[in-house]
Amino acid sequence: MIAYFGRRYMLSASHRLHSDALSATENRAAYGKCNNPHGHGHNYVIEVLTRGPVEPETGMVIDLAELDEIVRTRVLDRFDHTNLNLDPLFVNQVPTTENLCKAVFSLLKTAMPSSRLDSVRVEETENNSFQCWDAEEGREALPR
Amino acid sequence: MVELTRRATFSASHFYWNDSWPAEKNEQVFGRCANRNGHGHNYTLEVTVAGDPDPVTGFVVDLKWLKDVIEREVLSEYDHRHLNLEVAEFKSAIPTTENIAIAAWKRLKPALKGAGRARLRRVRVYETPEIFAEYRGEE
Repeated sequence: MIAYFGRRYMLSASHRLHSDALSATENRAAYGKCNNPHGHGHNYVIEVLTRGPVEPETGMVIDLAELDEIVRTRVLDRFDHTNLNLDPLFVNQVPTTENLCKAVFSLLKTAMPSSRLDSVRVEETENNSFQCWDAEEGREALPR
Repeated sequence: MVELTRRATFSASHFYWNDSWPAEKNEQVFGRCANRNGHGHNYTLEVTVAGDPDPVTGFVVDLKWLKDVIEREVLSEYDHRHLNLEVAEFKSAIPTTENIAIAAWKRLKPALKGAGRARLRRVRVYETPEIFAEYRGEE
């Protein structure tokens, strides 16, 4: 019996959207207020969705404490209360929430037991959210 | 194809315990959830059906009808109950959020056969605003 288990985490971080490949005017046009040289911050919600068989002995898809530990060590400790632009992952790419979502997915994918990770959803604000999953699965859209 | 989701809430108590394990193992695996006196949650149940809107009504499914089905099939059995002690399916399955999602699906699936063009797509159960489980039928 395949089921899904999801958990929401929060991290606070600052970022500035700026591409060295664009001129100052182009950056301003592309990123607007997010191009402010001094950066700004968000309370990001990281929603991790796992998928797998429900273990008959425990009734669980994944051990919550185990998931918490992976997310804490791989993601929260790394990004919470930091400036995302200074993280090595964002030296060569703009820390948009799309790219943050991809980064979180990759960091968790390598750490999760037996491909239990289904998808990652990041809410930048109450009104903006982004989702990432393995393109290899050929899935067109994630059910919400 | 359009998806439509109806949300409902219920409050219930439960505990996690595997009778085939010694007490120490239950406490080790399930932590505070293994307290035999139970504890409770305000659960949120999200039921999603999918289908093409009816050309006459514009509805995928009649929301009032769907509300009544959820009320009759799930809430009347789960709301303000102790899941381990009072709900049949949890005599043999631990009432984890995963198993509640599966059990709610099994209760709703036959009842939603009367939904015309709509079919059950998924059931999501929030145990807290941060923790949820989902079942999408056999995959």
